Amino acid sequence: MSEKIKLALAQGATCSGGDIAVLDLDVELLKLFEVVDLTFAPLATDIKFKDVEAMQDGEITICLYHGAVRNSENEHVAKLLRKKSKIMVAYGACAAFGGIPGLANVTTKNKILDTVYNETATTVNPEHTRPQTKYVDPDGHELELPELFEDVKALDDVVDVDYIIGACPPTREMNVQLLQVILDFVNGKAPLPPKGIILASERTLCDECPRKKPEKVIIDEIKSVDYTKLDPEKCFLEQGIMCFGPATRAGCDSKCIKVNMPCRGCMGPTAAVLDHGGSMLSAFTSILKVSGTETEIPEEEIEKLMEKIRDPLGTLYRFTLPKSLLKRVVKE
Amino acid sequence: MRDTFKPKIVVFCCNWCAYAGGDLAGISRYQIKPYFRVIRTMCSARVDPEWIMEAFRLGADGVMVAGCHPGDCHYIGGNYRTRRRVAMLRSLLKQFGLHSERLGLAWISAGEAEKFAKTMNSFIDRITELGPSPYRRKKANNETTGAKKETVDV
Repeated sequence: MSEKIKLALAQGATCSGGDIAVLDLDVELLKLFEVVDLTFAPLATDIKFKDVEAMQDGEITICLYHGAVRNSENEHVAKLLRKKSKIMVAYGACAAFGGIPGLANVTTKNKILDTVYNETATTVNPEHTRPQTKYVDPDGHELELPELFEDVKALDDVVDVDYIIGACPPTREMNVQLLQVILDFVNGKAPLPPKGIILASERTLCDECPRKKPEKVIIDEIKSVDYTKLDPEKCFLEQGIMCFGPATRAGCDSKCIKVNMPCRGCMGPTAAVLDHGGSMLSAFTSILKVSGTETEIPEEEIEKLMEKIRDPLGTLYRFTLPKSLLKRVVKE
Repeated sequence: MRDTFKPKIVVFCCNWCAYAGGDLAGISRYQIKPYFRVIRTMCSARVDPEWIMEAFRLGADGVMVAGCHPGDCHYIGGNYRTRRRVAMLRSLLKQFGLHSERLGLAWISAGEAEKFAKTMNSFIDRITELGPSPYRRKKANNETTGAKKETVDV
């Protein structure tokens, strides 16, 4: 092998879980650094935007972008790294589907700023100061802050993305696979996979769930994870816990399920589905148990039954609101 | 506004009851306002919640799902699922900011032509009163702020 390839770890609206996920490669990191030079990685290297701007287009071989796009800086990083990278990867649930930051689409930019700069109990801000995008201090220094956008977006809403890797964060196994893909490409052993979602299954999580599969699943009562003693063998839905297995793409190695926690849907929907939440809604409502014959139940009672599910939007679209069909909350 | 607003309404009718009821309403020459488009499905349970959301995304002002009366489903229990899904979808759409009445649910048998006409007319009136859907307004204004996609040749 001749020259090392260049890797970038770009950050958007993120908790830096993506960086930590790469670090989680532990001993495999040595293999990674045999073939890879870490270029732009704000958490690990001292590099400025101007250094990246000075690079040639396509100089970086692969860029893992993690985090959603919700302000002008995120957008700038995304567009800059897209230009300088041969392969752009939406790495993790936030970059792929908007993720947890995507839930900001239930409100508006102004409301978020009001909450943060005025309404919380610990805020003292009698002058109602808000962050400005430009500020000139008394000495004449000009300072700039990124502008917060109205909508949170996934990476592929902003730039062209080659590969999408879901999960929050991508698991170690996925990283090892990704490393192998890079190694094979660098060594000329295998071509790159086709564009799209990689390192994941085409089927749902239920398909590879290690738990005992019941003949028919019926939910007697909707329970909350924090107050229920969970059986490690039984299907979560059967125990009354909302598990996203029926609607979520497999490929995460059932990590949560194995430690007795229900799936929350961070791998996103399967390719056959347009809307993660809608798909889960349809699965979940069908298995709720009702008392007596369903024919005799009035509509109001059904509505009451469904009201037991608290915050359907936040639950159904925990990771995928910006990639859902309706994308954001509106005002009638 | 109310005089000029012509709502766009999508009606999903099941093949066995509601669609036949609508057909009969036509043959019987009941007058129905022309602001709705019927999509026939084999069963009301075939209507995926996604389709309803897609209709709203594309700017529908109202969506109606019509099927057989509870207990009369051609496939025995399809409409039970429909009504559960619609019930939860209503609370979900409410969170999305849509008036819950924008999603209608009706049980119409093959013989109830008059009920079909009445249901449709009152649904159309209600939607006209509510005005254009906020998603349609959003689409028209094209007010998506912030980052816009830009294709880069590499």
